Amino acid sequence: MKREYKRPEGLSKTIMRYCPGCGHSIVHRIIGETIDELGIREKTIAIAPVGCSVFLYEYFNCDSVQVAHGRAPAVATGIKRVNPELIVFSYQGDGDLAAIGTAELIHSATRGENFTVIFINNAIYGMTGGQQAPTTMPGQKTTTNPFGRDPKLAGYPIRVCEMLATLDGPVYLERTAVNKAVNVLKTKKAIKKAFQLQVEKKGYSLIEVLAPCPTGWGISPLKACEYVDKVMIPYYPLGVYKDLTQVK
Amino acid sequence: MNPDIIKYKTGEKILLKGNEAFAEGTVRAGCRFFSGYPITPQNEIPEYLSWRLFEVGGTFIQAESEVSAINMIYGAAACGARALTSSSGPGISLKQEGISYIAAAELPFLYANVMRGGPGLGNIAPCQSDYFQATRGGGHGDYRIIVLAPDSAYEMGNFPKLAYDTAEKYRNPCMILADGLIGQMMEPLEFNFDFVDVEKIPTKDYVVGNCKGREMRVINTLHMSTDILEKHNWDLYRKYEKIKSEFTLFEEKYTDDADIVIVAYGTAARISMAAIMKGREQGIKIGLLRPITLWPFPEKIISQLAQKTGKVLAVEMNTGQLVEDVQMAVNGKAEVYFYGRPGGNIPTGDEILGVAKEALKMKNVEPGRINVLNKI
Repeated sequence: MKREYKRPEGLSKTIMRYCPGCGHSIVHRIIGETIDELGIREKTIAIAPVGCSVFLYEYFNCDSVQVAHGRAPAVATGIKRVNPELIVFSYQGDGDLAAIGTAELIHSATRGENFTVIFINNAIYGMTGGQQAPTTMPGQKTTTNPFGRDPKLAGYPIRVCEMLATLDGPVYLERTAVNKAVNVLKTKKAIKKAFQLQVEKKGYSLIEVLAPCPTGWGISPLKACEYVDKVMIPYYPLGVYKDLTQVK
Repeated sequence: MNPDIIKYKTGEKILLKGNEAFAEGTVRAGCRFFSGYPITPQNEIPEYLSWRLFEVGGTFIQAESEVSAINMIYGAAACGARALTSSSGPGISLKQEGISYIAAAELPFLYANVMRGGPGLGNIAPCQSDYFQATRGGGHGDYRIIVLAPDSAYEMGNFPKLAYDTAEKYRNPCMILADGLIGQMMEPLEFNFDFVDVEKIPTKDYVVGNCKGREMRVINTLHMSTDILEKHNWDLYRKYEKIKSEFTLFEEKYTDDADIVIVAYGTAARISMAAIMKGREQGIKIGLLRPITLWPFPEKIISQLAQKTGKVLAVEMNTGQLVEDVQMAVNGKAEVYFYGRPGGNIPTGDEILGVAKEALKMKNVEPGRINVLNKI
């Protein structure tokens, strides 16, 4: 019998060290499939962030650069400007992208750099043990919000896609989720489109993926998937926030 | 290479500010990528490169911050480009995070610090307040930067070639430590090296991109295993020791018959020469040892000169930083004097001659201790 569901060539054979129910491995696989389908593995550069996905460079079967917390879009800019034929993607969590790396995020977007940003929003700092992220929900308990996030003291969660949609630089911005099959399929479609736009030299794209973090949230994987639906999606609505390829 | 991009012939006399000479020198040496953030007194460098890199088909980016600028350099260096950033003290402080990563990843690149007064916002006048920051690594972790200290527009223009070649030879960042006066002063100079054809620079075997037919390559500074990180630290250490043994530059003047030797670099060395010449007219024999590499520090020659003359005077535009390296080189075998002007003030030749005379007269001074000659 022919084996249909294989490990993409874009992924290495290393076993991923993510917790059960984590969204990262799903998104890694989607990117791996995309790399295969577009035939871009040999010219792809992955930018590994700081956070749970810090070992990204072990999981992808392509060249990569491991960078400082939040600086991935700046490093990607340097790579892409020196070698515009390469396909560069930065993979960043919410703390990396929307807290310490906010300036790099916004300015690479407004410059319209021709690379792809994959933004994993799981509303928490996973690797450091579950502290408040810029996208932590109001009322959500974290190790640094023992009483739940109080927006009066700790501010409101940042809606990244909505914020970037005000800029003229980006070409394509979409928010998806990986908490159920239908959303995973939509995420695949969005990520593949973002990479395709880069191949076509159309410009900057960012896909925000709402992802469950059962360990960080202290709930079961199943409950975490429900939490994405019930709490996160109402605050972070899924959909396309900008798509200049649709403009005639 | 299109010959139209060669702006100046080798040996052709030209007149430029130190910062402009440096900018042209970097392009001439093969720099094709600059990212930086405005700060005085180095603004002529990005301003010059904003059009000059365009002429040679390079990339110029005014970054949103010093932090972003240095990380763009990280990306450009990871692709093998001769990359450049420039700043002044406050901006270099912000760049230290990225410099530490690039040093850890062993990628070569060049940066300039055109020093101003510090600490804090300080002022924009010429100063040598960042010697410690430059020569002790600067950012977090156990690493070193090769530091070249030019004293003229000529050296600003010609050091970039030496800096890129040395940085690439050792796969280590290299910095030019100038000051506001060296950067702003207009002087005649000529380039002593031919315009580098970047197409002829050999491709490096560590750069990322186009992994066809080879294993994937990772540029990484994370080593979770303590044994692997310890090995990496010792590997870096051995590299730094090799650089120390192979690449130490200095200039010696009038040291043969000197009764006291001034150790000074950059602007402080230029002015010390005025004191030395005036002293010679009066029969006072002062010599100069000008470190050109601040790291590696020319400790052997300073030790030799100290033992020969018995008196060493460090002159700096700060409250005493290089003097600590002088003190270590002297190792208790001679008298160590210091004269400094911090805050953006520049000493005069007469001031320096005055303190040299004072040091020559002093008797029963404990060897090895730093004797500050400022009246404070």
